[in-house]
Amino acid sequence: MIHFVLLISRQGKVRLTKWYSPYSQKERTKVIRELSGLILTRGPKLCNFVEWRGLRVVYKRYASLYFCMCIDEDDNELEILEIIHHYVEVLDRYFGSVCELDLIYNFHKAYFILDELLIAGELQEPSKRTVARLVAAQDSLVETAKEQTSSITNIIAQAANFTIKMLHKGYGPWGSNALHLESLLLVDVCTRLVDQH
Amino acid sequence: MNPFSSGTRLREMIRAIRACKTAAEERAVVRKECAAIRAAINENDQDYRHRNLAKLMFIHMLGYPTHFGQMECLKLIASTGFPEKRIGYLGLMLLLDERQEVLMLVTNSLKQDLNHSNQYIVGLALCALGNISSAEMARDLAPDVERLLQFRDPNIRKKAALCSIRIIKKVPDLAENFMNPASSLLKEKHHGVLITGVQLCTDLCKVSSEALEYFRENCIEGLVKTLRDIANSPYSPEYDIAGITDPFLHIRLLKLLRILGQGDADASDCMTDILAQVASRTESNKNAGNAILYECVETIMSIEDNGGLRVLAINILGRFLSNRDNNIRYVGLNMLMKAIMVDAKAVQRHRATILECVKDSDASIQKRALELVYLLVNESNVKPLTKELIEYLEVSDQEFKGDITAKICSLVEKFSPAKIWYIDQMLKVLSEAGNFVKDEVWHALIIVISNASDLHGYTVRALYRVFQASTEQESLVRVAVWCVGEYGDMLVNNVGMLDIEEPITVTESDAVDAMEVAIKCQRLGLTTKAMALIALFKLSSRFPSCSERIKDIIVQNKRSLVLELQQRSIEFSCILQKHQNIRSALVERMPILDEKTFSGRKAGSLPTAVSTSSIIPCNLPNGIGKPAAAPIGDLLDLSSDDAPPAPVSSGGDFLQDLLGVDLSPASAPSGTSQSPKTGTDVLLDLLSIGTSPSVQSSSSAIDILSSSHDNKAPVSNLNGLASHSSLSANATSPASSAGMMDLLDGTGAITQKHEENGPAYPSLVAYESSTLRMTFNFSRQPGNPQTTFIQATFTNLSPNVYNDFLFQAAVPKFLQLHLDPASSNTLPASGNGSITQCLKVTNTQHGKKSLVMRIRIAYKTNDKDVLEEGQINNFPRDL
Repeated sequence: MIHFVLLISRQGKVRLTKWYSPYSQKERTKVIRELSGLILTRGPKLCNFVEWRGLRVVYKRYASLYFCMCIDEDDNELEILEIIHHYVEVLDRYFGSVCELDLIYNFHKAYFILDELLIAGELQEPSKRTVARLVAAQDSLVETAKEQTSSITNIIAQAANFTIKMLHKGYGPWGSNALHLESLLLVDVCTRLVDQH
Repeated sequence: MNPFSSGTRLREMIRAIRACKTAAEERAVVRKECAAIRAAINENDQDYRHRNLAKLMFIHMLGYPTHFGQMECLKLIASTGFPEKRIGYLGLMLLLDERQEVLMLVTNSLKQDLNHSNQYIVGLALCALGNISSAEMARDLAPDVERLLQFRDPNIRKKAALCSIRIIKKVPDLAENFMNPASSLLKEKHHGVLITGVQLCTDLCKVSSEALEYFRENCIEGLVKTLRDIANSPYSPEYDIAGITDPFLHIRLLKLLRILGQGDADASDCMTDILAQVASRTESNKNAGNAILYECVETIMSIEDNGGLRVLAINILGRFLSNRDNNIRYVGLNMLMKAIMVDAKAVQRHRATILECVKDSDASIQKRALELVYLLVNESNVKPLTKELIEYLEVSDQEFKGDITAKICSLVEKFSPAKIWYIDQMLKVLSEAGNFVKDEVWHALIIVISNASDLHGYTVRALYRVFQASTEQESLVRVAVWCVGEYGDMLVNNVGMLDIEEPITVTESDAVDAMEVAIKCQRLGLTTKAMALIALFKLSSRFPSCSERIKDIIVQNKRSLVLELQQRSIEFSCILQKHQNIRSALVERMPILDEKTFSGRKAGSLPTAVSTSSIIPCNLPNGIGKPAAAPIGDLLDLSSDDAPPAPVSSGGDFLQDLLGVDLSPASAPSGTSQSPKTGTDVLLDLLSIGTSPSVQSSSSAIDILSSSHDNKAPVSNLNGLASHSSLSANATSPASSAGMMDLLDGTGAITQKHEENGPAYPSLVAYESSTLRMTFNFSRQPGNPQTTFIQATFTNLSPNVYNDFLFQAAVPKFLQLHLDPASSNTLPASGNGSITQCLKVTNTQHGKKSLVMRIRIAYKTNDKDVLEEGQINNFPRDL
């Protein structure tokens, strides 16, 4: 079982942390500090495994980022390397030749992808295409929801603008009855729209 | 920008944080953002809740506290839209862990979402549950997850399967509910479901033997078939990695087969064909293939014996070891460690390669290989392997030396064929990496040396040689110093030459030089210096010709700023100057140390117990400049270690080990500087009075002495000392705190104070013989009836002067005795003067028992030692 996943930059900045075993906040910081000291100092030609507190940490460096996964002693280290690579390939496919900046500004996306790949510290899906498809489907759900919200807000904004304009021109509710009714109607429509969604 | 938005967008915040040049700037930005987010939380702002949470997650990753956002996660999860829930669940998994109470509040939302009509929302809930579920949640939601194992969409089934793993790990009782659905997952075609299903079965087998039996009976054939299909499947782009279809599935299947085959011959039989196929046909030029081979080898090693397969597996490991890829070599070594349990011979064949790996530049591989070598060693190959390791020790990295020395020492100890070999190897290790060995190691070496009486001469000469070469390794120096102190005469006279030795000429002054070097060397620690000082002291009697020089060196240390050294040298020079007659008895060679007790002590965890330092305080010279208790100290042979005045030092433990003392675990570590009682009790035991259980921490001191009797430790010295007439009674009196003052004779004030209290009791002739009279005057402090001050006055009834006058007293254990220094140690003849000495007796059973005391008076008259003894029973009743 994978106990946690860490993405650490070469400067020791944390880019992603995912904990599948319970570690308190304090322990987490300590673990990260310890491991970055252990891993970042290792030379390039050495093996990708570090023994740590009776567990093993498998890491692999991609450009400026270290992908680290901590596993039990009897897990298959070589397979974890494949899982790391699997994740990197999915990220690459999603962002289109991914770089550290992508992961900084879209860190939540990196998490979403990881959640489609691992649950409870175990591999969930061996197919990159399936992972990509599932993430894309959820992204589009979010997009649709956003569009709806923004179209509603637009309508409301327009309505509000209109009303304000009218008020400015002197057609206050107290001025022209007809216009007053009209604007009230508009507001009513808007609120219904909002309620619907 | 959106007209309704407040605050900055996520991207802008990240940019602002990244633009910070210093940590302080970053903190300021984060503080501002956090303040804004808190304000939004307080206003219960809904529109930007998810954006705020996303920001919080980023801030959390930077390591700032974000607990105030936890409730926001719950609110987002409880909202209806997918985007909110998605962020909410992410935040939940990131900001909370299973141990937080808040988590319980989310159970209800999770339950709703597990039954949601939108499958992606179901997926989110399963993911969160799988990652952070606590035992309570697992129990509450298990039925829902179980139902989802049959959900129509395979992507939900696979999530539910992994979620079930978490549930059965948290609540193993639930395992049986999952057995049936899990076994039906094994028949799936969808790889995601299959992989997670196999994993679920594996974990079920781990938590429940019932499940293991169930799968063994029902699923083996199916699994073997699945593995065969996947291994023989044609190229499928979706799952292909380096020419292999779905290595992940391969590995999981092999793992499950391993668990099913372990301990079951029939099951193992079923899978041999496919294992042989995987082991022989998998391509090993890529990592993915090697990962499968690695797993396959482990399965072959774990299932019931099948000769042919094992050979295949060991051969694969052999290939791994010779691979150029470090990762492959690492896992090869790792697997060999498991293989050694089933087939040690096959592993021995790779010994040379493994030894090469110990010398690898990669620390991880080094460590693995060293562990493996450690397992490989047996009686027959210990010599060559130790030689290799010691040779490597010379060139290894500093960081690795600690590990490697520990391993070598333990090997040498475990498998040593002969004592001389043991000593030789240890000397090599110590001279190479003495600074890395633990104290126990050189302690053990000293014990072995002490037991090898025919090798004393050889050892001390060998040590002297390496000591001459270098004093870099401190533990080597310590052992050398100890041996020179003990066996110095053998060093000089080439006693017990072995054939293999080259003769060496060492003069007495050479040996003294060596000790002087050890004392003066800046680099060496206090313990070493103290040991050297004692060694010198011992040499003073071994080498009469050098004793003047030794005295000088010891006297030089009187000015040492280190209290321990100063105190010791003062004591020693006193003995050298004034007590030549007892010196040779004091510095006798230590009796052979008991190996069994030491190893027993090492095995059982030793309570910290009393350190030597609790005895040392009573060793202080008293006001008259008597050598006082130094004999006692030497009795216990502190030469092994002068614990600096730290109450608990490993040296202290060692001392007990050396003495073979069995301390009761209850004995509290007594303080370092005080405890005159300790001294009293030591003496008490010397005089063998008192059987009632002791009251104070001082019991330990008694234990030390009394149990040393059992272990035929320095008994002889002890007896010799006890009968020695010139042992100062004042040994009992000063505590080291008072000691410094005593040195300056600053005790008069105390005496006077006692007198002011006025005698409430008639004085008593406590002891009278034809030559000596002792009278006691009593006084008490008001309000403290337990304590009695006694002023003893000694009068000489004979016509001769008494020199080196010494009064000793001992009391039963319910009493505590404190002796102040005597007013003088010379008693003029014919009653022309007297000696006074103050005693303080505390009666812990005041009112129940009255005082009783045994006394011993020693002095010299006409160059003859006289010893008088007696018991005092006629104390006033109510004292």
